[in-house]
Amino acid sequence: MTEAIEPTLLVLLTGFLASAIRVASPLLIAALGEMVGERAGVINLGLEGAMLSGALAAVLGSQWGPWTGVAISVLAGTCLMLIFAAVSIWFGADQIITGTALTLAALGLTGAVSARAHAGGTTLSVDTFPPVSLPLLGRIPLLGPTVFQQSILVYLTFLLVPVVAYLMYRTQWGLRLRACGESPQAAQAAGVRVRGVRTAAILISGACGGLAGGTLVLAQVGTFAERMTAGRGFVAIAIVILGRWHPLGVMIAALTFGGLSALQFFFQALDLKVPYQLFLMLPYILTLFALAGTGKTSAAPAALGR
Amino acid sequence: MQGAMALIAGLSVLAVGLELAGFDAGLALGAMWRGAFGSWYALTSATLVRAIPLILIGLGISFAFRAGVFNIGAEGQFYAGAIAATWLGVQTQGWFAPLAITVPLAGAIVAGGLWIAVPTWLRVRLGVLEVISTLLLNFVAEALVSLMVQGPLQEARGVYPQSDPIATHARLPFLPGTRLHVGFLLVLLLSLALAFVLGRTLWGFRLRAAGANPTAAWVSGRIAVPRLLVVALVGSGMMAGLAGGMEISGVTFALYQNLSPGYGFTAIAVALLARLNPLVVILTGVLFAALETGASAMQREAAIPAASVFVVEAVVIIVVLLTESFTRRAFATRSTAAGTA
Repeated sequence: MTEAIEPTLLVLLTGFLASAIRVASPLLIAALGEMVGERAGVINLGLEGAMLSGALAAVLGSQWGPWTGVAISVLAGTCLMLIFAAVSIWFGADQIITGTALTLAALGLTGAVSARAHAGGTTLSVDTFPPVSLPLLGRIPLLGPTVFQQSILVYLTFLLVPVVAYLMYRTQWGLRLRACGESPQAAQAAGVRVRGVRTAAILISGACGGLAGGTLVLAQVGTFAERMTAGRGFVAIAIVILGRWHPLGVMIAALTFGGLSALQFFFQALDLKVPYQLFLMLPYILTLFALAGTGKTSAAPAALGR
Repeated sequence: MQGAMALIAGLSVLAVGLELAGFDAGLALGAMWRGAFGSWYALTSATLVRAIPLILIGLGISFAFRAGVFNIGAEGQFYAGAIAATWLGVQTQGWFAPLAITVPLAGAIVAGGLWIAVPTWLRVRLGVLEVISTLLLNFVAEALVSLMVQGPLQEARGVYPQSDPIATHARLPFLPGTRLHVGFLLVLLLSLALAFVLGRTLWGFRLRAAGANPTAAWVSGRIAVPRLLVVALVGSGMMAGLAGGMEISGVTFALYQNLSPGYGFTAIAVALLARLNPLVVILTGVLFAALETGASAMQREAAIPAASVFVVEAVVIIVVLLTESFTRRAFATRSTAAGTA
């Protein structure tokens, strides 16, 4: 009896882990980008818009090959944030409102383009990157064929973590970046071009947002639908807070959120008689609770949003 | 003046975009105009009906913004109100008519307030950004609507994912000769009241002071900033909830998914274009409602996706922001919302 049950549960669990990682990866990219921006003192609520633009751009660009799709998704996110840089950093407009407006613009633009494509009978679908088995790790029984059987983009996502950490903590530029987030006046006085650094940071944040949208399409969904990011950009901002503005913390928070979202697949497979919408809500509610835990002791950059 | 400029900029961007995409922009904008203002019916029964939730939510957002807090979760509070109004509205059969109308709306107000209660508490007690927390609850609300219309509130026939219509005598009466429900008058009165409270009372002054400079307000010793923030956030949640309730009892009479075409977000543009002035919100609310009903007409007549109107809204917001910073009168009210925890 038990022998029959245990293997299936194990299979379920490894499947759960694999989907947790898959779900986490776009969130992780977006959150890393947002973190870079926020460490420079810029809160970017246009991240959701960058993700949406990136997702659509990935579909449109993939007709010239999947890697072109990736490149164009990055470009789309960056271009959207050029507007942010101009309006908010150079003209000093409010960051939160600017970001909200850009998300709204992206909603409208991607919605219009996709509606137009559907009306013209075009389906906005692409081939996703095939899963790649990692050498050695891929041969581990059970884990190998599931967890280490991901799209190349997913592996690259996790490579970004040490890259960003190095950039932020081991380079001169990273030091300047953090100075701009903690005390722009002091940084300015020390000769740092605050606006320049912040512009670079927000463009990185946009590039990551675009790439996150591209990853969502090219590693997971394989098609574009209106509003398909469903708030992932905003969740990524919450993940930055939960990860306490540190690359490693952000990675853990993203994986946790991925796990919570993947729970719905897990429970569906277990065939529990629970409405699926409860699992849709769960990650957002738990994120809210987790935010409460970060509260006053938060490690937020002192000049965030100003 | 700035508002007109922003609007012209927004429409120009739309026109250029349409021309680039190969549409006839003149035809499209003409369809938009006819759809929004072309007839008595279009004006009263499409545009003004749509303006009601926009004005109401826009008032709430302006109100909170004046106190320095930013509620972008109005979409969620709207749905919370709509769910409550539907739940109460379907069981008012045989009630005394005035009660049957008011109880669901009161429920909607309470639900909207409750929906923002947690983010409010997190903001005031723990300093969690209300921007993120209110937004996260939008997605919970959308899932909740989906759960309701496929579960407890699904129509008795059980075919479509929508609720039963609410009792006939629980519906808001229409103004004569239109499909415009009396909620419109209520909204007009509310904006007058808000303008009075904000501009002419000591309490309103305190609220604005708290928004302009919370530290100074607190140090003055006469202004309980946290309490003002609670009133501002919960008040704006209640207004969004009422908007959801009136959408049920005055327009659709039943709950279904995607009831709101993004009212909570459009209302941000409504509030900002009005520069947070409750009286001007009426005007900007009607304006954006006209844009959106016009966009639907554009979609019907010229096959132009209605979603493109969001681009117009975004351009309007950005132009308002830019002119603000040009005139060096940056929103004083905005100094805290970004995260001085």
